[in-house]
Amino acid sequence: MAIAKLKSDATEARLAGVTLPEGAAWAQAARADALTRLRAMGLPSKRDEYWKYTDPSDLTAVTAPKAALFDAQEAPLFGDTDRLEIVFVDGVFDADASDALAGEGIEIMRLSDAMAADIHWAKELYGVLETRGQTPVERPLAVLNTALATDGIVIHATGKVSKPVHISYLHADETSDAILHNLVKVDAGAEITLLETGPGAARFSSCLEVDIADTGAFHHVRTQGRDHERRTVTHCFARVGAESTFKSFTMTVNGVMTRNECVLDIIGDDAIAHVAGVCVGDGKDFHHDDTVFITHDALNGESRQVFKKVLRNGATGVFQGKILVKADAQKTDGYQISQSLLLDEDAQFLAKPELEIYADDVACSHGSTSGAIDETALFYLRSRGVPMNVARNLLTLSFMAEALDEIADPALAEELRDRLEGWLARHS
Amino acid sequence: MLEIKGLKVKLEDEDKQILKGLDLTVETGKVHAIMGPNGSGKSTLSYVLSGKDGYEVTDGSALLEGDDLLDMDPEERAALGLFLAFQYPVEIPGVGNMTFLRTAVNAQRKARGQEELSAGDFLKEVRAKAKDLKIDADMLKRPVNVGFSGGEKKRNEILQMAMLTPKMCILDETDSGLDVDAMKLVAEGVNALRSEGRSFLVITHYQRLLDHIKPDVVHIMADGKIVKTGGPELALEVENNGYADILAEVS
Repeated sequence: MAIAKLKSDATEARLAGVTLPEGAAWAQAARADALTRLRAMGLPSKRDEYWKYTDPSDLTAVTAPKAALFDAQEAPLFGDTDRLEIVFVDGVFDADASDALAGEGIEIMRLSDAMAADIHWAKELYGVLETRGQTPVERPLAVLNTALATDGIVIHATGKVSKPVHISYLHADETSDAILHNLVKVDAGAEITLLETGPGAARFSSCLEVDIADTGAFHHVRTQGRDHERRTVTHCFARVGAESTFKSFTMTVNGVMTRNECVLDIIGDDAIAHVAGVCVGDGKDFHHDDTVFITHDALNGESRQVFKKVLRNGATGVFQGKILVKADAQKTDGYQISQSLLLDEDAQFLAKPELEIYADDVACSHGSTSGAIDETALFYLRSRGVPMNVARNLLTLSFMAEALDEIADPALAEELRDRLEGWLARHS
Repeated sequence: MLEIKGLKVKLEDEDKQILKGLDLTVETGKVHAIMGPNGSGKSTLSYVLSGKDGYEVTDGSALLEGDDLLDMDPEERAALGLFLAFQYPVEIPGVGNMTFLRTAVNAQRKARGQEELSAGDFLKEVRAKAKDLKIDADMLKRPVNVGFSGGEKKRNEILQMAMLTPKMCILDETDSGLDVDAMKLVAEGVNALRSEGRSFLVITHYQRLLDHIKPDVVHIMADGKIVKTGGPELALEVENNGYADILAEVS
């Protein structure tokens, strides 16, 4: 079926004048294929069911809306962690600011270099998991990313990677429009931690494809920085093999628009896939959307979705989360919780939790709540001499604790907790 | 220490008068007990004194060493030395007991213009006091009151009291939900804190707690007022004859 003319026009307007980046024949083919797919489905509009709660117009506009730079005046995150540092400025790799692209148990290179090579493993991954993730729900902004991404990092973990890879996305230009695509391939028995921080650009699109072989492990901790006016859309597509582990956590602070989509495919038995996040937003122009789709297609899989949102002064939080359990995925254990703490009456939380189960021997649970600070607990703390604002912040942090607990490394969790504490102190 | 005069309190949301002109003076260093039937307003008194929302004071005053409590926020009252041991201690998932205690102790010190306790000094003190109350390291690490038994919750209240060293302690039915051994342990904790400079107001239904925490003065409360005041023998009278006789006598 042809898409509506309005949609088609908007898509052509976005694509007018763009030229596909250069690369090897396979890379060109992958991009051309993405372009064809995009034209067939069209860019999203707020009339689409999947975009009912989040207006994508800033993300699909021909040019990026301007976003003022924000000087956070604080030490960069993960500064004390021994890591392999990679820096992008407005979506462009900064070799001078980055460490050498090498490490123990790891092969790592710039996306543009991988895509220029005639033979490279990236061919088996680039746009491949993204394409798989287009059914049953289309994700056109990920297709746009696959077509147009010019930069990124490709990582092949061949063993236990001794230190985390940290990608820092800096924002330097008020009108920058960055499209980045990263690939991670985790071999059997290999283990890697990927850290990502920063606003990235005025408008930032990132697509991450992760392929975890049997018994591999991928840990991901991401923060989306404090620039108030930035727009961000991210996609993470992961294929999770037998007895392997996928864990991803995202902390979002500020931002006019954030849409984080996470699409996980559990294809091997006894695998674990966890995705979690917290966001804190203050003001009408804060909009944050977590959209998750987890497919269980193997025995005895465990998945968890844990999302906590703290919203005030008209801020909006969205959660769309789905667990799909296929008929052969017996003994699946799926858990999903999305909760918001509304610090005043203007804030709103829109949640659409979904379960679709075809197997008959599974344990799946989901819950979604919106609530205010617990007045009884607040009085208890104040009766012990804890001032009102300190007590409120303590309870707000405790609300987010379940999600922070999803981070495997306690030091990283503690660092994020401190940042959230700082944010709350500034916004109370 | 605590001077309450003609205190009248109604529920904020309802036209229901609970305290109807209550007078009570607790001298420094003394232990006063309040007994009374259900619905006489005992717990309301403890909440109004500690500053809980939902009540409206329509008349009267409550002074702590001359300072008017009723105009203050709960945290100001606490910093001034008022402490309420809750009948139902609140569970706070996600806040560690230790973090909670240290935040409270240091907030009060700060409010009084004292220096905050160092992490080391705090730890030493809390460990010693927890040991006396048979509170183990695991209970200190767990979230506040989460998964605690009834007895553990009440011991945790007394630990907070011991750490905060208030001047005026109100115990709201601290014996409820406790077995005999747990009650003894809690009473010992309270008795260890008795001192010349510290006063207690012990609210209870039953005389048995007063076997362990010996009061100087016993008040009988009914229908929002103190109706009779006497020595420890008054508690025994209640135990033997119930409230009916006393209430008939004063009406």
